[in-house]
Amino acid sequence: MKKVWAFVKGCFILLRQGSKLYYTWVYVLLAFVGIGVAAYVNQLYNGLIVTAMRDQVSWGFYISNFTFMVGVAAAAVLLVIPAYVYQWKPIKEIAILGELVAVSAMVMCLLFVTVDLGRPERFWHLIPKIGILNFPQSLLAWDVVVLNMYLVLNFSIAGYMLYSYYYKRQPNMKYVTPLLLFSIPAAVSIHTVTAFLYNGLAARPFWNASILAPRFLASAFCSGPAGMILMFQVIRKWTKFKITDQAIFKIAELIAYAMFLNLFLLGAEVFKEYYSDTAHLAPMKYLYQGLEGHSDLVSYIWTATLFNITAFFLFLIPQTRENQVTLNIGCILIFVGVYIEKGMGLVIPGFVPDVLGDFYEYSPTGTEILVTMGIWAAGLLVYTMLLRIAIPIMNGDFHVGEDGIHPHIGDELFLVRRVAEDVGEEGDLLTQ
Amino acid sequence: MSDRKTRADRIFRLTRRKALKGLAAGLGALAVPSNDASAAVWESFFQKNFRELSRSEVQDVVARLEAEYSTRYGKPVKVKTTPSLEGVLYGYGLDLSRCIGCRRCVYGCVSENNQSRDPQIHWIRVLRLSKERGVDLEHAEQYYNPANVPEEGHFYMPVQCHQCENAPCTKVCPVQATWKENDGIVVVDYNWCIGCRYCMAACPYGARHFNWKKPGLPAADVNPDTHYLGNRPRPVGVVEKCIFCMQRTREMEGKYPACVEVCPVGARKFGNLLDPESEIRFVIENKRVFILKEELNTQPKFYYFYSV
Repeated sequence: MKKVWAFVKGCFILLRQGSKLYYTWVYVLLAFVGIGVAAYVNQLYNGLIVTAMRDQVSWGFYISNFTFMVGVAAAAVLLVIPAYVYQWKPIKEIAILGELVAVSAMVMCLLFVTVDLGRPERFWHLIPKIGILNFPQSLLAWDVVVLNMYLVLNFSIAGYMLYSYYYKRQPNMKYVTPLLLFSIPAAVSIHTVTAFLYNGLAARPFWNASILAPRFLASAFCSGPAGMILMFQVIRKWTKFKITDQAIFKIAELIAYAMFLNLFLLGAEVFKEYYSDTAHLAPMKYLYQGLEGHSDLVSYIWTATLFNITAFFLFLIPQTRENQVTLNIGCILIFVGVYIEKGMGLVIPGFVPDVLGDFYEYSPTGTEILVTMGIWAAGLLVYTMLLRIAIPIMNGDFHVGEDGIHPHIGDELFLVRRVAEDVGEEGDLLTQ
Repeated sequence: MSDRKTRADRIFRLTRRKALKGLAAGLGALAVPSNDASAAVWESFFQKNFRELSRSEVQDVVARLEAEYSTRYGKPVKVKTTPSLEGVLYGYGLDLSRCIGCRRCVYGCVSENNQSRDPQIHWIRVLRLSKERGVDLEHAEQYYNPANVPEEGHFYMPVQCHQCENAPCTKVCPVQATWKENDGIVVVDYNWCIGCRYCMAACPYGARHFNWKKPGLPAADVNPDTHYLGNRPRPVGVVEKCIFCMQRTREMEGKYPACVEVCPVGARKFGNLLDPESEIRFVIENKRVFILKEELNTQPKFYYFYSV
């Protein structure tokens, strides 16, 4: 226990050290978090009336972002599987970064759900024994269980491994391997349960399609890894951590397969709705064509579709997949594309037209956008803090000192632009 | 339920009660002890789900709420907790051939049930449908506003909570803040609801409404005859819905909800489905009845019918 405390104390000492750039980045994020908190306080004071949500469209931007982030978190398995099931070294070196993405994304998910509640102070009603968790009846109760479990799981795996490295020990794989293997179905479960949350509502034909959960998984395996590739590029350019091109290209290849599945499943759904042409077509028509003069989402969804298709081809062709420029363009296209498709593109058409045929066109208010930006900043802040600790540990720059008590800190700057190596990396990419 | 299970439940409840009380006492000590208002705030914060309150706890809660409402609105407000009547299962009939779309039911309901006036919350929504298309919700109009009703070529279909036997809304609630009572009325514990609005997404009839803002209820408009699970003034951030005017209908058999009383053409019928002599049973057995969205298997106790 004393050792854990020493480790935690060491981490806090480390978090306070960093280059000017590190400090600037952290303060910028804190500023956004502050703005988000202020906007949220205003929402608490006035009620959810300050959002654009109303009885017809009772979930909006918050739940859209929540749904997207669950996907990002689930995508960590795309690193865990090659790393620990196939023992593939290039990815094994970075798997821990994926787990930390999952942790940060889960924190964001829980924040998004909390800001959406009408009575957040009653959150304790969800805690079993103290409150009443309606398990297994309510899918939202399932979601509470699996999301928290996934958060704890990833936090413990990454935490234990880093803790071991800090004390210069190899982690005992007898404990870690079962947890790692368990995190694979757990990742699938968080996304499946979130899909079922919508899927189970017969009142909303747009969601009540059995293809929803597979589509969720397919799109998650695109957006999460795409975000991670972008993040890895930043990490290897600005910190001392090395990530091989090989690892990145392998992830890009996996994205190509996932995107194929995603587009295929989307096509299957579009065909079924349009060909059978029943009353249930209305929400899809609203989304893709506009219905009775209501067409707020049309330009967004076509942008998303175009982005996804373009990115699919960029990642399918090895030449563009292994070119840094096209690779990054592809990642951005996918991240944005899935953000639209799995966010607003999924949640809003479930409510438009509403169950009695009323049209209420939703678009988020300033408060919703500011709170959302605050939560994104909070997520990035959590990820930055986790990386600040994880990267020096994995580089051997942060471990227990000779005296066995005080930490040794070898990387006092953390975020620095690596000019010389930068060129070298570009060279690597070109020769590949 | 076997005895052993009952006992196990009791033990579980006792420990939880103790835990909550301990927590309440601990936090209560933090607040200024002599301050009544802050004590009430903590009491309401730690209040348990209505169905888990003991008889004496119910009395405490009711006393606290009555005091709170009476101070706020400057007149005595009664909060009842009358349970379901024995042998009663409520059913509702709506005669589509008579309804003229005047919306008197909408506003009769608002004044009986203490809905927010600003913003307006309506538990009943009247749809204007065209006679050519029939019940085609995609072309329904809720915001019709002619000088006179009924309009040529149209008919009207009021929609409110269908008090489903197989209710999708109660199933999805993550904290069991909403449930079906023995007389079939689906209720919400406004002090337990966390405001996640999952039930609103699940309801196929748009019957659930959210307090997006602190309800604007002028003191002069308050109906002081209220029920804990029904028409008592609601807090911000919780869901509410039609409760068949339980503050009236549970007091005495034969009492009607406000919407039934106010309807000028007698399009609304209400009664006990278990009583073979009731009007609602007559309607079901002798008229052409249809169920809205029957294919969803919600099994509503709200029946549309044509008397002519």
